[in-house]
Amino acid sequence: MKIDELQKKLLAAARSNPPNDRVPYAFEQRVMAHLRSPTKMDKWTLWSMGLWRAAAPCVAIMLLTGIWAYFEADSNTSGDPLAVALENTVLASLDSAGESW
Amino acid sequence: MCPGLMLGKSSFTKAAVLGQRLSAFMLAGDHATLGIMDLTDRELIAAVLKGETASFEPLVKKYQSRIFAMARRYARRESEVEDIVQEVFIKAFQKLHSYRAEAPFEHWLMRLSVRTCYDFLRNHQRNRESAFTDMTDQETDWLERFAADPDTAIETADAARDLVERVLSQLPPSARLILTLLEIEERSVKEISELTGWSISLVKIRAFRARAAMRKCLAKMMVEKYM
Repeated sequence: MKIDELQKKLLAAARSNPPNDRVPYAFEQRVMAHLRSPTKMDKWTLWSMGLWRAAAPCVAIMLLTGIWAYFEADSNTSGDPLAVALENTVLASLDSAGESW
Repeated sequence: MCPGLMLGKSSFTKAAVLGQRLSAFMLAGDHATLGIMDLTDRELIAAVLKGETASFEPLVKKYQSRIFAMARRYARRESEVEDIVQEVFIKAFQKLHSYRAEAPFEHWLMRLSVRTCYDFLRNHQRNRESAFTDMTDQETDWLERFAADPDTAIETADAARDLVERVLSQLPPSARLILTLLEIEERSVKEISELTGWSISLVKIRAFRARAAMRKCLAKMMVEKYM
C-alpha cells in the first residue's frame, strides 16, 4: 500500500470535513461570569507573591547595609576590626550567661 | 374648513420638532437595545482597558464561534473544547493591555488561540501510546477499500475523518499543530510563523518532520493492522 497516497487521502478527508463552529448556549455569559468573579488564590500563591514583592526591598537594604558597613570600617580606625566586633556582639549573650553561672 | 387644517406656521414647526423628538426617542430605544454591540473592536477594547468589563462581552460573542471551530480541531471531547475557548478569552482579557492595535484584534486573538491549543496538546499527550488495534469496523473497512483500490475510498466518509483524527492524535504536539495549520487549514508558512511565533525556517523544518512522522505513524498502523 502506498503510504504517501494514504497520507494525501487522509489529509484531504480532514480538509473536506471542517469542524462545526457551534457555540454552547450562553457561553459568553459563562466567560463574563468567570471574569467578574474575584480570583481565589491559595495560601502558597499569596506567600510566593509576598516573597517576590519583598525581594527587591531586601536586596536594597542589603546593599545599603553593605555600603554603610564598608565606609564605617574605613572611618573607624581606632577600634577593633569588624570581624572582632561582630564576634564580640554575637558572643556577648554567652559571656553574660557564663557570668550568671 | 376643518379646524385640524387651520394650523399656523408656528404650529407646524412645533409639530415637526415634536416628531423629530419622538423619532429620536425611538432611535434611542433601539440604540439601548443594541447596546454596545455597534461599537468597533478598538472602542470596545479601549472601554475594557478603562475598566468596563461588560464591554468585553461583545468581543466574546463576535469571535467565539471561530475559536470553537479552531479548538475542535485539537480536542475531541466537548468539555475540553469549552475549556480551551474559555481559557483563550480569559487570557485575552488579562493580556488585553499588551494588544498594540497595529494589526486587527482578530489576528491577535487567533495567535493567542493557536498558542493555547498548542499548550493544550502538550499537556494532553497521555493517549499517544494507544495502539491502532481498537479501530472501528468502519475505519477498517475504509482502509481495506483503500488498499484494494484507492479511488473507491472516498474522502468525505466519516470513517476517513475518524481515521485521520486517530492518526493525528498519535503525533507529537508540534507535528499535529503544523499539519493542521499547513495541510488541513491550508495556511501559508508565513502565516503559521506569525500565528505560532516560530521562525519561517523552523516552520519548514517542523512541517518536514511532521509529514515524516505522519508517514511513520501510518506505516505503523498498517503493520499493526495487517501483519
